[in-house]
Amino acid sequence: MPQVTFITFAGEHHVVDVPAGTTLMRAATDHGVPGIDGDCGGNCACATCHVFIEAPWAERLSPRSDAEEDMLGLTVDPRPTSRLGCQIRVTDVLDGIVVHLPQGQH
Amino acid sequence: MTTSNLSAIQQQARDAAMSMPLDDIDPANPDYFTHDTVGHYFERLRRDDPVHKSVSPFFGPYWSITKYADIMHVDTHHDIFSSDWSRGGITLTDPPEGEKLQMFIAMDPPRHDEQRKAITPIVAPPNLMKMEALIRERTCKVLDSLPRNETFNWVDKVSIELTTLMLATLFDFPLQDRRLLTWWSDVATMNKAINPDALEPHERMAELGKMLEYFTRLWNERINAPPASDLVSMLAHGPSTRNMSPLEYMGNLVLLIVGGNDTTRNSMTGGLLALHDNPDQWAKLRANPALVESLVPEIVRWQTPLAHMRRTAVQDSEVGGKRIKAGDKVAMWYLSGNRDESAIDDPHKFIIDRARPRQHLSFGFGIHRCVGNRLAELQLRILWEEILPRFPVIEVVGEPMRVRSTFVRGFSQLPVRIPG
Repeated sequence: MPQVTFITFAGEHHVVDVPAGTTLMRAATDHGVPGIDGDCGGNCACATCHVFIEAPWAERLSPRSDAEEDMLGLTVDPRPTSRLGCQIRVTDVLDGIVVHLPQGQH
Repeated sequence: MTTSNLSAIQQQARDAAMSMPLDDIDPANPDYFTHDTVGHYFERLRRDDPVHKSVSPFFGPYWSITKYADIMHVDTHHDIFSSDWSRGGITLTDPPEGEKLQMFIAMDPPRHDEQRKAITPIVAPPNLMKMEALIRERTCKVLDSLPRNETFNWVDKVSIELTTLMLATLFDFPLQDRRLLTWWSDVATMNKAINPDALEPHERMAELGKMLEYFTRLWNERINAPPASDLVSMLAHGPSTRNMSPLEYMGNLVLLIVGGNDTTRNSMTGGLLALHDNPDQWAKLRANPALVESLVPEIVRWQTPLAHMRRTAVQDSEVGGKRIKAGDKVAMWYLSGNRDESAIDDPHKFIIDRARPRQHLSFGFGIHRCVGNRLAELQLRILWEEILPRFPVIEVVGEPMRVRSTFVRGFSQLPVRIPG
């Protein structure tokens, strides 16, 4: 099972193993990782699963959709590394991915 | 929904809703909201005609979207379903030409995005953390000054008082004039066509003009001062908002006053009423105060402070098997979606410890999702955190009086007595 490491804003590490195909959002919410909310249930509709993904992982992701761009633009701290966790499915190619969390979701 | 314990008025409405011809169903009836019987009509529509066309004597022809998934679809397809004020904005009423308020909730991208981004920082997590102590201090003061052993109106002494204080803080508005904020919020949402007690349209605009005067004075003070973290200063200094027209400024003020005011107010009242009506949940909460965390979003779902949001189609499309044409008026009934059992388990029950309590439509979804949603939750959380240790008993001693509106789902009175 691919592994995901979440790093909170305060620097805490949370490591979870999830079945391939799980979104980063669900990987966090199903395992009680603090700092991701996912209020809309994964519909790219609330931007409360905002995460930052850096190299080398960022390049392995499919690009942001228009809908994802629209929602990311409304987050508090949008960065070039910003993604929505509900739009990224964990696969074996992403085994070991490191995901940074923002200070808060809203 | 069991019918064995419904009051006469509810039973009558339910019988009507379940048996009347589908074509005759028009949920945007203010009486259904004053009596809180509209839920039966929504249940019928969700079952038999979830995307339903009616012709309203108040609003003309419009579509009702009643199921959670369809509402999510409309809310997230802002390219098809416009919010723009020039097409009638975001409520079922089409205001007359001169009255259309320009606010970013009633704009589409790109202008919507520019203006929303100017507001977002004030409700960002760092700012919320800064506000928490002040909100708590003010909440404690209000609760500690409530009368004991006498009946009072919770709406006035708690809900209006606290939300007005919060709003005054956000605007850095002179505290001694803060009840003007409540007044202007009520003026902004009143509708003469539905509510005979409302101001005449020209009187309403005159009052909103006075609001603009007051806030223009504040703007002129703040623009000459260094940027501060209150809303007026943010608008006055923000690159995309500092050149806005007076009409646009007025519209955005109304948005922030209304958005931050009667919605939270009505959740504060609705939460107490819900706990009173569900004593098993009250007991569960008292036994485990940590449940305030999941109580708060459940209150917001249960109350659904804004029953609908309206859109205007700008191109033909299909929703739930129906063809919605360009120009059609569409109502997303958040109040119906929040009772849709295909999306929410036991939606007709008030349950304070749901697994996914934020899975509700009350804040909307998509690019217009309520920008103040976390601030609203913060206020509610603090309120209940401070109520629980202070008042072992709060009695609701009379029937609530509901606001006459198909948009705002709220209360004007809730008689309460706190023994002590």
